[in-house]
Amino acid sequence: MWKRFRSNIGAMVGVVLLVAVIFIAIFAPLIFANTPWQMVQRPFLAPFAMESLPLGTDTLGRDVAAQLAYGARVSLLVGLVSTLVALLIGVPLGALAGFYGGYVDEGAMRFTEFFQTIPNFALAIVLVAIFEPTLASITLAIAIVSWPPVARLVRAEVMSVRKREFVDAATLAGLSKPRILVRQVLPNTVSPIIVMASLMVATAILLESSLSFLGLGDPNAMSWGYMIGAARTVIRSAWWLSFFPGIAIVITVLALNLIGEGLNDALNPHLSRKGKA
Amino acid sequence: MTILIAILSRLAKAALTLLAIAVLNFCLLHAAPGDPAVVLAGEAGAADEQMIAQLRERFGLDQPLYVQLGKYIAGIVQLDLGYSFRQSAPVIDLIAERLPATLLLTLTAFVISLTCGIALGVAAAARVGKVSDSLLTTLALLFYATPLYWLALMAVLVFSVWLGWLPGFGYETVGSDFSGFARAIDILKHLILPALTLGLFFMAVYMRMTRASMLEVSTADFVKTAKAKGLSGPVIRRRHILRNAILPVVTLAGLQAGQLVGGAVLTETVFAWPGIGRLMFESLAARDYNTILGVFLVSAAMVILFNIVTDIVYRIVDPRIGARA
Repeated sequence: MWKRFRSNIGAMVGVVLLVAVIFIAIFAPLIFANTPWQMVQRPFLAPFAMESLPLGTDTLGRDVAAQLAYGARVSLLVGLVSTLVALLIGVPLGALAGFYGGYVDEGAMRFTEFFQTIPNFALAIVLVAIFEPTLASITLAIAIVSWPPVARLVRAEVMSVRKREFVDAATLAGLSKPRILVRQVLPNTVSPIIVMASLMVATAILLESSLSFLGLGDPNAMSWGYMIGAARTVIRSAWWLSFFPGIAIVITVLALNLIGEGLNDALNPHLSRKGKA
Repeated sequence: MTILIAILSRLAKAALTLLAIAVLNFCLLHAAPGDPAVVLAGEAGAADEQMIAQLRERFGLDQPLYVQLGKYIAGIVQLDLGYSFRQSAPVIDLIAERLPATLLLTLTAFVISLTCGIALGVAAAARVGKVSDSLLTTLALLFYATPLYWLALMAVLVFSVWLGWLPGFGYETVGSDFSGFARAIDILKHLILPALTLGLFFMAVYMRMTRASMLEVSTADFVKTAKAKGLSGPVIRRRHILRNAILPVVTLAGLQAGQLVGGAVLTETVFAWPGIGRLMFESLAARDYNTILGVFLVSAAMVILFNIVTDIVYRIVDPRIGARA
């Protein structure tokens, strides 16, 4: 599996890009002497004009490069945590629905369908607007709008695994139903969940940046979306203020998507070969 | 007849969903930190004690919650979405005034993304493994990773600020007295950039989906039969593969209508497009919850409408669905 993943050029490019972003995020305070909030030069300093400030300064004279590095922290953190929370909601719900069927399934799927019908970005806006924008509320709002596909996926996987022979064997061996679900069935659904999760982190990063672009970011955290939102009105005079954060988002999201596709090909070789035939 | 029953059951389901969203709205309004009366009045600074007391009485906020919920739902059924203190107008009027612009934008983007997405997906699948296929797939991957609002900003920068080809904001030229055809052309010019940037992301989604679906169907037995009959490649692709491959794409498109409406908030914000998305953005800063929740409800209703329309189209395109249900 690991061999197949490594031989996928796109996926390896994704890994390199993501590792670079993670590195910058972790070591931001060591790489940059300036904090992202500190005024260091005159405002609207163009990029490449000063060696110490390679990407110029923003409308308040703050270091754009440092802002980008600190923004990576928020994007990665929110993307990762919100995906984990979405998995915590979606996996149990989908597993119960798929394993027990009947009314449980009916109820869980109605609930999931309801959340899928609601325009998810609009719901995220409403949630963050009402519960005040903080990193916690943003993360939670993104998780609340992203779990339905997880529930559906896990349900479908559990339903197919449940009919396999080793589950019958476990039943005959006298294992209890919950134990079979947790110990026998769920471990067999892990690989599609991993693939979906890696793509969800990418979507979550896009969602977070969109929220903070609209002014719904945590006021105490520098984020890429906020940078673009703040630079929106000065696009005519200072294009670089919106350009660089956008590139940062594209690189990070692209890297995650490439990794997700690579994982998909590596974990489900049968599917990928069919796609390329 | 079956179509009629199907539509009726869909409408009943839609009504239930809207009711659930209305209840959700009510809960959110009351879950918001702070006094609901203050919340309703917009920013706290705008209201003094007396006004808040008045509001509390006027909106029955001193009554038990279930009574309030009943009143709230009854109001929504009568299209009363509350009052925007910020804009001094009923929310429904604000939305009605701006809904046409949003419908124009989202429908145009939807049609563009679906037709171009499917066409490009078919083209890529037909050239699978060749350079043009890789190029298209890479481009789709790139657009798929690009934030909608950033793409919109860059489009403004390039096509409006630098090249000056198209207007970068608004719905029509301010202060112009165009009428009839000239006005339509003017609006169309303003529509191009927002509709394209909103549509591009979804175009990438539909293209990838169509490509994968085409490749999957092309291994089916009936395709082999068609080849054995001696039909030409393009005919097989158009009449046999595409017709079957397009179904999951249309389903997905219906499901994603919600994201399109959500994306309109971002696009309208960048282009100052006077739709309900822009209304929501303006209400965010003012913390005008009635308007925010009203736009939320209406956009959910739009999504449900999109879904019903795709469902009907679907039944007409593929008679097998009606037979199966």
